Amino acid sequence: MNRKVVIIIDGQKITAREGEKLLWVALENKVYIPHLCAVKEQERPTAGCRLCFVEIEGTCNPVTACTQPVKAGMTVKTRTPAVDRLVRTAFELLLSEHRLNCGECPKNGSCELQKIARERGLKLNLHRLKPLSKKVIIDDSPRSFAFDAGRCVLCGRCVWADHRIAGVGAIGFSRRGIHRRITTFADRELAQSPCTECGLCVEACPVGALYFKKN
Amino acid sequence: MDVSLTERAYIKMKAASINNLKYLEDKPVIRVGTGTCGKAAGALRIREAFKDELTRKGIDAGVVEVGCMGHCYAEPLIIISKPGFPSLCYGKVDEVLVKRLVEDFLINNDPCYEFAMAALEPNDIFPTFRDFPRGVYEEKMILENCGFIDPEEIDFYIARDGYSALADVLNMEPGEVLGEVKASNLRGRGGAGFPAGIKWEVVRKAGNGMKYVICNGDEGDPGAFMDRNILESNPHQVIEGMIICAYAVGASLGYLYIRSEYSQAIRRVNNALRQAREKNLLGASILGSAFCFDLEVFSGAGAFVCGEGTALINSMEGGMGIPQHRPPELAVSGYLGEPTVLNNVKTFCYVPLIMRKGADWFKKTGTPGSPGTAVFTLAGKIAGPGLVEVPMGTTLRQLIFDVGEGIPRNKKFKAVQIGGPSGGCLPEQALDIPLDFDSLEEAGAMMGSGGLVVLDEDDCMVGMARFFLNFTQQESCGKCTFCRLGTKHMLEILKAITRGEGDMASLETLRELAEDVKTGSLCNLGKTAPNPVLTTLKYFRDEYEAHIKGKCCPSLKCPDLIAYFIEPDKCSKLCNICVGSCPVEAIYTRDNGLKAINRDKCVKCDNCLKACPPEYSAVIKVSPPGLVEEREREMK
Repeated sequence: MNRKVVIIIDGQKITAREGEKLLWVALENKVYIPHLCAVKEQERPTAGCRLCFVEIEGTCNPVTACTQPVKAGMTVKTRTPAVDRLVRTAFELLLSEHRLNCGECPKNGSCELQKIARERGLKLNLHRLKPLSKKVIIDDSPRSFAFDAGRCVLCGRCVWADHRIAGVGAIGFSRRGIHRRITTFADRELAQSPCTECGLCVEACPVGALYFKKN
Repeated sequence: MDVSLTERAYIKMKAASINNLKYLEDKPVIRVGTGTCGKAAGALRIREAFKDELTRKGIDAGVVEVGCMGHCYAEPLIIISKPGFPSLCYGKVDEVLVKRLVEDFLINNDPCYEFAMAALEPNDIFPTFRDFPRGVYEEKMILENCGFIDPEEIDFYIARDGYSALADVLNMEPGEVLGEVKASNLRGRGGAGFPAGIKWEVVRKAGNGMKYVICNGDEGDPGAFMDRNILESNPHQVIEGMIICAYAVGASLGYLYIRSEYSQAIRRVNNALRQAREKNLLGASILGSAFCFDLEVFSGAGAFVCGEGTALINSMEGGMGIPQHRPPELAVSGYLGEPTVLNNVKTFCYVPLIMRKGADWFKKTGTPGSPGTAVFTLAGKIAGPGLVEVPMGTTLRQLIFDVGEGIPRNKKFKAVQIGGPSGGCLPEQALDIPLDFDSLEEAGAMMGSGGLVVLDEDDCMVGMARFFLNFTQQESCGKCTFCRLGTKHMLEILKAITRGEGDMASLETLRELAEDVKTGSLCNLGKTAPNPVLTTLKYFRDEYEAHIKGKCCPSLKCPDLIAYFIEPDKCSKLCNICVGSCPVEAIYTRDNGLKAINRDKCVKCDNCLKACPPEYSAVIKVSPPGLVEEREREMK
């Protein structure tokens, strides 16, 4: 087992195992760092959502906490002007592609985006950017749940759950760039895919893109 | 002194190669440049014309296909070497000139100097490339043999001391080889300029397990074609460099990752690999030593981001070509999780030269921080486009105005876009900075692949930023938020500005987004994508403001912000050419017989402006378009 080291996050002394990723150390010690794509069990973090920025004394630019291994004596700040600026921009960028209709969203109240907004004092609307129009495509072919691509933030947690926890392989990423999305093989409906409706992907979704149907 | 086993093998091999090329001695040899560039300009037709003509006239002469010399403006290019004459290079060759050269030069000993570009060797009769401004600055290291040897025949390379460095290296300790590369301070030519020796050392020290050497030939920058050129013109130099690297780090397998669009490069490299294997330069116990190494070509599927190391590895492993977070660096965990050296085509090319001539020889050229030469592709508004190799530290001004012969048609220089979509646009005042890895980064651009696009007064800088951002936005893999969405929003803002729909607030958002995408992105595609925007904002902010505040494109380039107008005092009643040139019948004749353009119909195709005879030059572009109405009112 790795040796224990002491680090400082926002002035608070925290004991952690050396090499552990900073994001999980912070979260376990009740220090909130915004994050969407991080999965603790993943050996090589995705580092795609670009929300978990922190500043470490001695490095010039903010780094992502999900990829940062803990080292002895590390001094971490989760809130600095540089960090707040990046988080604010990344958050607004994600919102610009996220169909904002919280009132009708089944995840209203437990949504990770809402949590980030609350924790960081960010607004759930766009002030610098124009919304990117996204066609409303809802796949409600499964009996128990539905997938609303317009709400998806492409964090990939559902793909991890499907591949690595459920071991099914019904969904994955397809296409590139701005067209990247979560699909089944050959873009079939979920009901036509190997999906077993285990529901693990729905539980993994942080934003209400995958949601259980009522009743 | 004892001659080692590998040296004996090499001496024998070289003698055989020279012997194989004997058939070209004592008779005229015609070398035809058949790189992809030469072929596109008709080199194959020229080669056939020579063969036909030689057979018809019954002349015994050799016709050899060679790679490209880098004089793109003069393709198709040929070199004629006839005993008793200096070797002469002829450009823009056509079938008529072929007949003439065979008749006058090969039969009657008149070299047709009026058609020759330059001689290759110093002589008393005709100037050499060295006597031209370009030749004064150019110093060919890795391009030395490009355009002179047949890339499909290994004997040509061996006869010019090719693989002699390898034969020597195999008698050295791997640590010595590494030491020499480290001492040379060779920096990676892929763009970032990371010292190759340090990278190799990490791999060398990573234990005795499986290791890989990979050559990054996924060249994708618009306007860059040097890697293709080298792979097509002299593949063995890359291969020799890779074998030496493998020996130094202890790798037993390597790959050349070449994008599939480079079909001729892939074919020639595969052919070269086959010939190298036949000569025991690859495979088991190379040249009789205990060292075993083999190489294969991996053809990339064409995503720009696969030039990024982690994405390249992902795509080789069968995954999506998508970058991953670093560290771990590839030297620690690369292909299949094993330590991997990944270097650019050009980087490997320097290795045989450094081993043959020594690190000190290499360091004599260039600057202390960036020794050696730099290869640039000159493109855009430049009189002599092409592939050039100059010492590091040459200034942009020398490169553009001396080597590239300046801007054509007496136009004014505006900016130079260096380093492709990851680089920046530098203005006139930056022309005197010496070109090396560090000074370019300071100026906001980067060496990148070495693509260099020259822009003149007719180019719109906002349009330029939009062009490059459009490229990076389309090539974004979509994994990380900043690159996927940030570049999209930046592009939308730029599009609005070039349509005259921008406002100052959105310009501020553009700047903020550009800075955040630069700091926040996961990989170097995203981290460098905003460079064209940031540099144009820094050096050409007035153009952005003209587009926003004046709804005017100062360079008369953005279609939505210009209108075509026929100046009545220049137009002639006797001429109708513009009317016929218009594809949408937008041009009509006024009551007084002069022509005018119906703006509602005009599609801004530029035909009338080109068609209007120079003695009138009556068609002009104006911006903002409202100026047309003003002129019309004045006329009444």
